[in-house]
This record gives sequence, C-alpha cells and structure tokens, in this order.
Amino acid sequence: MHLHSVFASLLAAVLLALPPDVEAQKTPGFQGPFALVNATIMVTPDDTLDNGTLVIRGDSIAAVGPTVAVPDEAREIDAEGLTVYPGFIDSGTRLGLEEVGSLSETQDYGEIGDLTAHMDALTAVNPNSVHIPVNRASGVTTALTEPTQGRLPGTAALISLHGYTPEQMHLGGVKVTKLNFPSTGRTDADDNRSQEEIDEQAQKALDELNEIWDKAELYAEIDGAVQEQPQSRRTPEFVPVMEGLLPVIRGEQPLLIAADAAPDIESALDWAGEREVLDQVILSGATEGWRVADQIAEASVPVLAGSVLSTPTRDSDRYDKVYANPGLLHEAGVEVALRTSEVSNVRNLPFHAGFAATYGLGKTEALRAVTTTPARIFGVDDQVGSLEEGKRANLFVTDGDPFQPRTSVEHLFIDGYKLPLENRHTELYDEFLNRNPGLEK
Amino acid sequence: MTASLLLRSRLLAVALVLALLLVPPADAQDMLRADAPDDWLIQNATVLTVTNGTIENGDVLVRDGVIEEVGQDLTVPSGLETYDAGDQYVMPGIIDAHQHIAISDVNEATNPVTAEVGVGDVIDPYDISMYRGLAGGLTTIHTMHGSANPIGGRNETMKLRYGETDPDAFPIEGAPRTLKFALGENPTGVYGERRNMQPGTRMGVEQVIREALAEAERYRDAKQAYQNGERDRPPEHSERMEVLADVLAGDIIVQTHSYRADEILMVMNVFKDFGIDDLVFQHVNEGFKVAPELAEFGAGASVFSDWWAYKFEVYYSTAYNAAILTENGVNTSINTDIPGQQRDLYHQAAKTQRYGDLSDDEALALITINPARQLGIEDRVGSIEEGKDADLAVFSEHPLSIYTQPLRTYVDGVVRFDHEDDPDDMRLRVDPEGTAPPVKKPAHAGGAHHPHCLEGAVLHATEEGLSLKNGLHNH
Repeated sequence: MHLHSVFASLLAAVLLALPPDVEAQKTPGFQGPFALVNATIMVTPDDTLDNGTLVIRGDSIAAVGPTVAVPDEAREIDAEGLTVYPGFIDSGTRLGLEEVGSLSETQDYGEIGDLTAHMDALTAVNPNSVHIPVNRASGVTTALTEPTQGRLPGTAALISLHGYTPEQMHLGGVKVTKLNFPSTGRTDADDNRSQEEIDEQAQKALDELNEIWDKAELYAEIDGAVQEQPQSRRTPEFVPVMEGLLPVIRGEQPLLIAADAAPDIESALDWAGEREVLDQVILSGATEGWRVADQIAEASVPVLAGSVLSTPTRDSDRYDKVYANPGLLHEAGVEVALRTSEVSNVRNLPFHAGFAATYGLGKTEALRAVTTTPARIFGVDDQVGSLEEGKRANLFVTDGDPFQPRTSVEHLFIDGYKLPLENRHTELYDEFLNRNPGLEK
Repeated sequence: MTASLLLRSRLLAVALVLALLLVPPADAQDMLRADAPDDWLIQNATVLTVTNGTIENGDVLVRDGVIEEVGQDLTVPSGLETYDAGDQYVMPGIIDAHQHIAISDVNEATNPVTAEVGVGDVIDPYDISMYRGLAGGLTTIHTMHGSANPIGGRNETMKLRYGETDPDAFPIEGAPRTLKFALGENPTGVYGERRNMQPGTRMGVEQVIREALAEAERYRDAKQAYQNGERDRPPEHSERMEVLADVLAGDIIVQTHSYRADEILMVMNVFKDFGIDDLVFQHVNEGFKVAPELAEFGAGASVFSDWWAYKFEVYYSTAYNAAILTENGVNTSINTDIPGQQRDLYHQAAKTQRYGDLSDDEALALITINPARQLGIEDRVGSIEEGKDADLAVFSEHPLSIYTQPLRTYVDGVVRFDHEDDPDDMRLRVDPEGTAPPVKKPAHAGGAHHPHCLEGAVLHATEEGLSLKNGLHNH
C-alpha cells in the first residue's frame, strides 16, 4: 500500500469519526446540549452579565449565570468578546406567505372577499421559503405573519423561523384575529376621492362592520346555548366567517386592529370600547400613533408600530416623524413593539429598532420593543423574549451591537437548534466573490 | 363679452386665486434660503473626505459655495459665518444615482424607443421629497425616466436646491446628458405581455436596441453626407435620432435598467458593436455574476443595498452585490429609486459592512464619489476637496453608524437642511386640495407620489408595503 493512500485512509477515518463540527455551519440545524462560555449575556434589556455561561439543553435554556458549570457532554462554544442576545421578534410580516412580490401565484396572504375571518395564515406558511434563512441570519427568530386583505382577513400566527411544518413553527399556539379598521385615509397618492366620498365610504364600512359584529355576537350566543344544551337546541347554520370570529367574541383571542391615520386610531379605540373588546385589542401599524398617543395610552392598548423606516404620512409633517413615532408613543406611556411589515427584508428589524432608538426611543427600550415587549403582548413571555432559565433557547451571538450594520451574527439558535447562517445571499457571495473561471476559461 | 374674453377673464381670476394660495407661509423666507450665506467656516469636525482620508479636528472653508480650503486650525476670515461641528462628522453631500423625485412625469410608455423626451422638462421645484432627501444628507440626485421602454427618455442630474422656485435652478450646469435604457421584465411586460408587440422577450429587447442604434448610425451618416455635400438634402429631422446619434458619438452616458446577467452581457456586446463606451447599469441585481466582464468593459453599476424578491428576475439576488462588484474592480454605487427612500442612503451604504467587508471609505464612496463618476460630475462633487462644490452633510455620529442623525446639509455652501432651526412643515406651497387626510399607510415604498422603475410600470405603496400593480402609470 502506498504511503499516500494509507494517509488518505487514515484521514478519511479521522474525518468520519468527527462529530458534526459545531462551527461547520453547512450542516443542518441540530440540538445540543451546548454551553456558551465567557460570554457577555443580555439576559433582559436591563440585565446584562459580563462574563457568563449559558447552557442549552433540548429546546430550552437550562442555565444562565456567572458561575454555571459546563455539563460534560455539552459542546462548548467560546464566546469571548461576543454577546448573546434573545432572538428578536418582528411583530408584523408576511413571512412564509409570499415568495416573489410580483407573482400572485406565490402569494397566500390575501384571500378573495372582504369578510374572511375564518382564514388561517398558519396553514399557508411555507416552512421552506427561501426568505426564512435569509431573514433569521440577522437574529430575528420569531415573527407574526399576517393575512392582509379585506375588512377581516383572517388570523395571523406567531411563528419561529425554524421548522419543517407550520405546526413545528407555530410558537405558543399564538393566533390573533386581524381587523383592517375602516379608514378615512387615502390609500395612496392616486386616490382622488373627495373628502365627502372618503367619509361616506368610511362610515358605510363602519356600519357594515357593526352589522357583522352584531351577527357574530348573536351567532356566538346561539352557539353557546347549543353547546350548553346540545339535545334541546337546533344547531344553527354553519357560517364560516362567524365561526372564525367566535374566539374573539368569546374573549379568547386577541383582536389585531390595523389602523394608521390618527382619526382611524381614535375611531378604532371608540369602537372597541363600545364593543367591549378593548382589553383584547392590539393596535398595529399606528403610523400616526404619535398624534393620538395619549388616547392610546389611556385605553391601555399595546401598539405594534412600523414600519419605522418609512415616510411621514403627511407632506406637512416633520421629516423624521415616523422614525420618532415609537419613542413618542413610549413617552406617552404606550407599550410599543416594532414591526417591519416585510417579507424579504424582515432581516432589517434590527435597523428599524436602531432608527427608533436614535430618534427618541433609546437603545434599551428599542431592545425591549423587539424582545420582551412583543413577548408580553402576544402572551408568550414565559417562553421567549429573554435569556432566563427555562425559556426556549431562541438566541443569537454577535461580535457587537446587534443594531449596528457592521456587526456580524456568529451563532444562531432557535428552539435549541444550532442553525446554519448560510442562506441564498451568503451562498451567492461565496460562489461569486472570486468567480472561477473569471474572464478566461 | 365674447366667449373667449369671458374665458380669459375667468382664467385670470383663477390665476389670481392660485397666486394667493401659492403665497408661501409667513416664515417661508427662511425656507427659500433667499438671503442665506454661501461662505462658511465649518470647524472642529471629523472630516471624511472619502478620497483623501479622514481629518480629525478638521475645518472646511467655504467661499462662494466652493470648498476653498480643507485642513486643521484654519484662521477665521473676518465676517465669515462659522459652524462649530465639534464631535460631529462632515462628509461629502450624498448622491443618489437613481431617483424619480422632483418631476411630475416619469414614463413615456407609448413606444419602445422614446429617446426624444426628457424628465428635465417636467421638474417640480415644490416636491417635499427634495427636502426629505436633504434631511438625509442628500445633495445631488439623478432623477430618471422610467423603465417601460428599451430606450426611454433622458434623465436629469440635479442639485437639491430646495427653496428655489425656478425649475431651471436645479440641473447641474455642464453635467453630461444621460439616457435611460431598460431590459427584461419591464419592457417585455409593457409591450409583449400587455400590447402583444415587440419586445416580448429578452431577444426582442436586444433587437429593439440594435435597430434603433443602426437607424441612428444611418441618420448620422446621412447628416454627415449632406454636410459634406454628398447628399442633396439632410435627412428629415428626428429629435429621437439626434439623441441616439449623440449616444453613438459618446456625448451621452447610457444608464441601463437591468437585472439578469445575460441581459447585462447583451448590452455590453451591443455597445461594443456600436463603439459606445459610456455605460452604467442600474439595479443590476445579477451584476455580481458578471463582475469580471463589467470591470473589463469599464461599465458602472448602481445597485440597491438589499432589495430582492420583489419580482422574479431578482429572486436569485444577494445583498453582497455591492461588495462583490467593488472587490472585482467595478465602479459601484448604491441608489434608492423609490421616492421616500432617498432619505437614508448613509444607512444603505452601511449595510455593505454587514453584507461584505468594505472599509468605511469604500462604503462611503458608494454614495459619493462613485455615483459622481457614473454621472460624469466627479470634478464638481462627490468628495471634500479644494475647488469642489461645497456640498456637505453634517452628522451627529459617523454616518455609517445606526445611531447617527443628519444635522445640517449644505448645497453650494447654502444650508438647505438644518435639524435645529427648520420648522416641521417645510412645504413651499400649500396645495388647497392636499389638506385631505394622509395616505392609509406610508408603507415601505414611501408616499408613491411617483411611479418609478423598480418594477417599471407602477409600484404602489400599500398596507403590505411594496406591492405591484400591473397597470401603467397614468399621471
């Protein structure tokens, strides 16, 4: 046997014997246990450990602290000079529901019809969307993904950015029913309706909403009665949209109200008060929230604000009003989380947060707005949003401030799975930075 | 009173009413910057020259709107306005190589070849988008014709002299003319798909361009022959052919909307055949795939920082495009295209440090000297150098930091954005019809005041953000 081939066999044997390399990002995601050592750990936005250890076992954080022992079987990751952050939460996207922006056959967020409250976004989430690995590479581990079309488009779902079925991705069973509140705003610059037309149509839409809500309340009442006495009551006709509204009417599911113009936000709050659903309401968008911040605070309604990197609603507004909106809402006492309203660039959530921080929200509060605050708003603060023992191991490790563009994400974990950071964008970079062949072949 | 007199007096009355409505608000004098100085000494700044390194604790002396001196501890000439930029950063005014703001029309989508039109004829001095650009350190824009036609109209290279009310005050004097070309889905969608005419494919796009350039060669030759006395009559005058003949002569820089690698190569091959050298690719999402070819041709590339998947031809994209192109020696810029997005180019440039490994100067060059070169105005703008126009952007922190805020923007030495002193409402003209409520959602795409050529025809700002409408824009 040639010395070369002996060496080759030995090398092959050694390579085969090696466990999947923790640093080899090209392997699919796999669980630990892992121990991140010598790390700066942002446990919560106002509690950072300087030189700590974080142990991941199964899908959870098993231990975190300054003097935690590293289990023997754990893969150790030296995080010297690095910082561990809880995975960021984007409170409004269409992730998994759209692949290509101009091709309707790749879009599943807008069902036909105005009243489609029974539509369930989760069912159409494509777990293998190319967008998911692209976006999580910036540390976004969780997103609310929403249907968008019509008055009552359906239910949005909170998803983890890892999993091979929608159910595996579904986080904490969170679903919220979406309502696009009747708007007195113009849809775009081509909207040439007169003020009278706009008001008339908004009023008509509000009347229709009230009508549907009356029916939904009645439907829920009948349904409740039937469930109490199934023998003596006749089951009413099955009305899908009414079925879809049952969890909201019964107070079991949050109502996500999308409204942006200040008068619409005010009307939405009034309406929710009259309908006695105010305590279930989460306001979304709220681009002009700053104009009515006190009323929102008064109503104790949380806001999913964004997108932040956006233009003022009115030509007369100061150039930075949308950047400043989250800060102004917070100052008024409103609980604020952030949303990108994106699909392909959910990865920019840290930059939306950075702009909000710069224009008044401040860095700590901006961190909350993408971690602990949305976790609380969606009722999953026992599972995600911070790096406390027992929570899901949704976290990422960076070489710097996660809001800074120049910072790189070094490691990413979702549900304890150490995930590859490779995605379409990095793969094309690797292939084409020094293309081979170059000019000559 | 005759009908026409009646009409005329009515028009006069309307004009008077309009004139009253157009009277600027009380404090508008400042907003017009009518008496604003263009002599300044900016002191104690970190000066990011982009082309000659960084000067700590530096001063910039501005005289008559021109950078007279850059250095440390410059003496204050008597009577000169000073600005203490201690702890602040000064960089060259930012250049957006692809926008559609400050014009009232974008797309002459009536023919596959419309080289005769130009957006310089429809400049709108009152567009608040200009001020919002200034508030992001932007001082120069290349405001472009749309991308419906394989050969579209002329673009305009303008300074954001917001406050001027004469449309002629905006174009940069002596800047080379540029002409829009467009490839791929937009022209094939507008003509093939919707009108069942050529071009319906990328093959057709090539032939439309070849045919037009070949016709222009004959036009040029016929003119020449007439001038040489070899022909009795000149060819029938065609403004379209005049412009294309100037492209052949190298007097106009062609700016080509493009996405896919094959069509990028196609245009370079066509241009080689016609002996045309001045070529910049716009969007060029797959430029990274043919970076060596782009570098060899000497073509520029003006890209988005990270936008992708908004249509099929940008599905196989990478945010590392600018970095790959730069590392391969292609003169590269980053642009924003979408009205509303022109405010944060400094942030878009910063992303090349996440998606790639560009130095601060390389990243800043993407929005300053590189686009200046692509527009042929690098002698005037794009860096902080003595003798150049005093287009300067002052930031609270390094402009590539997420925590920076633009504080002041100078155009030709005049402060046209001031974070401290400007009123919230910077409209120069209040549209009596424009007091209606805001758009439902000022989505990602911005106010959608104008269509642009991200998707060629129309991109609408909707609740969902970027959203396509397949109809043609009909403003």
